Amino acid sequence: MIRSKLLIAAAALAMGGVAWFAAPVKAQNGPLRIEITDGVIEPLPYAVPDFIAENAAATEYARNIARVIADDLTGSGLFREIPASAYIANVTSFDSPVQYADWKAINAEALITGAVAVDGNRLTVKFRLFDVFSGAPLGKGLQFSGTTDSWRRMAHKVSDAVYSRVTGESGYFDSRVVFVSESGPKDARQKRLAIMDYDGANVQYLTDSSAIVLAPRFSPTGDRVLYTSYETGFPRVYLLDVATVGRRILGDQAGAMSFAPRFSPDGGTVVFSLTTGGNTDIYTMNLATGQQRRLTNAPSIETAPSYSPDGRQIVFESDRSGTQQLYVMDANGGEARRISMGEGRYGTPVWSPRGDLIAFTKQNKGRFHIGVMRTNGSEERLLTSSFLDEGPTWSPNGRVIMFTRATSGANGQPALYSVDISGRNLKRVPTPGAASDPAWSPLQN
Amino acid sequence: MKHVTKAGLLIAALAVGACSNNRFGDGGTETIDPSAYGLNGGAAGSVSDPTSIAYFQQAVGDRVLFEVDQSTLNDVARNTLNAQAQWLAQNPEYTAVIEGHADEQGTREYNLALGARRANAVNEYLISRGVAANRLKTVTYGKERPLEICSEESCYSQNRRAVTVLAAGGLSS
Repeated sequence: MIRSKLLIAAAALAMGGVAWFAAPVKAQNGPLRIEITDGVIEPLPYAVPDFIAENAAATEYARNIARVIADDLTGSGLFREIPASAYIANVTSFDSPVQYADWKAINAEALITGAVAVDGNRLTVKFRLFDVFSGAPLGKGLQFSGTTDSWRRMAHKVSDAVYSRVTGESGYFDSRVVFVSESGPKDARQKRLAIMDYDGANVQYLTDSSAIVLAPRFSPTGDRVLYTSYETGFPRVYLLDVATVGRRILGDQAGAMSFAPRFSPDGGTVVFSLTTGGNTDIYTMNLATGQQRRLTNAPSIETAPSYSPDGRQIVFESDRSGTQQLYVMDANGGEARRISMGEGRYGTPVWSPRGDLIAFTKQNKGRFHIGVMRTNGSEERLLTSSFLDEGPTWSPNGRVIMFTRATSGANGQPALYSVDISGRNLKRVPTPGAASDPAWSPLQN
Repeated sequence: MKHVTKAGLLIAALAVGACSNNRFGDGGTETIDPSAYGLNGGAAGSVSDPTSIAYFQQAVGDRVLFEVDQSTLNDVARNTLNAQAQWLAQNPEYTAVIEGHADEQGTREYNLALGARRANAVNEYLISRGVAANRLKTVTYGKERPLEICSEESCYSQNRRAVTVLAAGGLSS
């Protein structure tokens, strides 16, 4: 039985129209479950003993996989690990019955057990999840196989399965982040595209730093990346294949500068900004035909477009009112309606993968904020505040936002941070050096 | 916008040539051209030679500054640009790329668009003073290449700039 101290609330975020700040309510007795809302204030205690090594080659993996799972779950802010030093029993075999009393005694509400076998460069992970206080498994055992060098991905898949079973929502751990890796002084910064696991592991570089690169964005399947590069001496949008790092420039309009690209949800179209004669407007390009189409036609700055997940609308920023504000228009262009109404300036809107919220950068009274609002502009909430926060990107499940935070001054450096859409669990994402412009991939297959 | 046909072809050629299939490992050092971004350096010649790039940069003045979030040219800027136009008329072998820049108080994309507005303001003014449009190109760097690196208005005011960067002969950025 779930303990009464686990506070839950109505699933306000998942259902439109319900009050944003739902008051925490006590859980009814029932199966192990976290209802993810702003009301969750008590992370779920769990134990994840080292997985069982089914052969000698699996020993190190068995321990490391359990550690990655713990980092994932605890890192989400929704779970709290009971350390191994508190255990009064050990799991010695994957198939022997779980002694629930031993785990109940140390207040572990969830128990994750697993086993790892290695055969050559093949690694197999099995796991089970138990609801300790109900004295029963939560879902069936699952097994993942892959190469030994993809062991972290298999750990993330276990974490996603646990997260999903406990919260009822999909996870975000088996995902990647493409970003701009920075080095050198502020007035001659060198930038290169890099890709890594969501938690900062397995960094690989996708370009060299011979040209400034900006704001990479994943395709809906995560296999391609759009970004802006100064390779030609002028900012232009490029399309890069992640596996081969082959790249091509999009469009050939002489004298034009293009930037701020994003894919349509079907991956077939790119929406971006094009500047001609000093004026920046929003265009689309069909990737198959190269056909370009102009969506806005105003003397003001129109940039940072982002599609709704159904592909029907585009949110973007414009200073047509005099300052940067957010607008929504039909995906084919036409009349736009302003949705940002608060004090200050709003930019870089990004539609959440669930479709319910728009994340943005807000600039007000000399501070920068990452915030979220409903797609009609209502219920604006600021999640962060600093000298410079900008460029939000959504986790695949729409629960977490990653962004760039830069420090001020001559030695100011950007770094990647993430924050839950509740505004909690703000933390730095590890990168090898200074980093900016993160874009979160969809969940990997 | 009037386009420079020759430069447009150059861009297309570079784009084709630039594609590669290398996966880049752990780095190595790359160099950047210090004469770009309106920074000092490069083969500028002597400031005592009135036909030199150094003379243009220092005696004529290669940059104009802007107010926060603005791209309008003030009197000081117009005076500088009048001198630039006159110099370009006297030195027809030079072409120029006008770089528009922004300070760090703004989002990346907006600053790119703002830098483009500033570069365009200079471009249009120089053309209005008789410089042939096909000798000029514009580029925006947004907030990517600050000249001064402190996070105060004393630096920001120097970073909100448009710099006329000369090249002898052709428009090769």
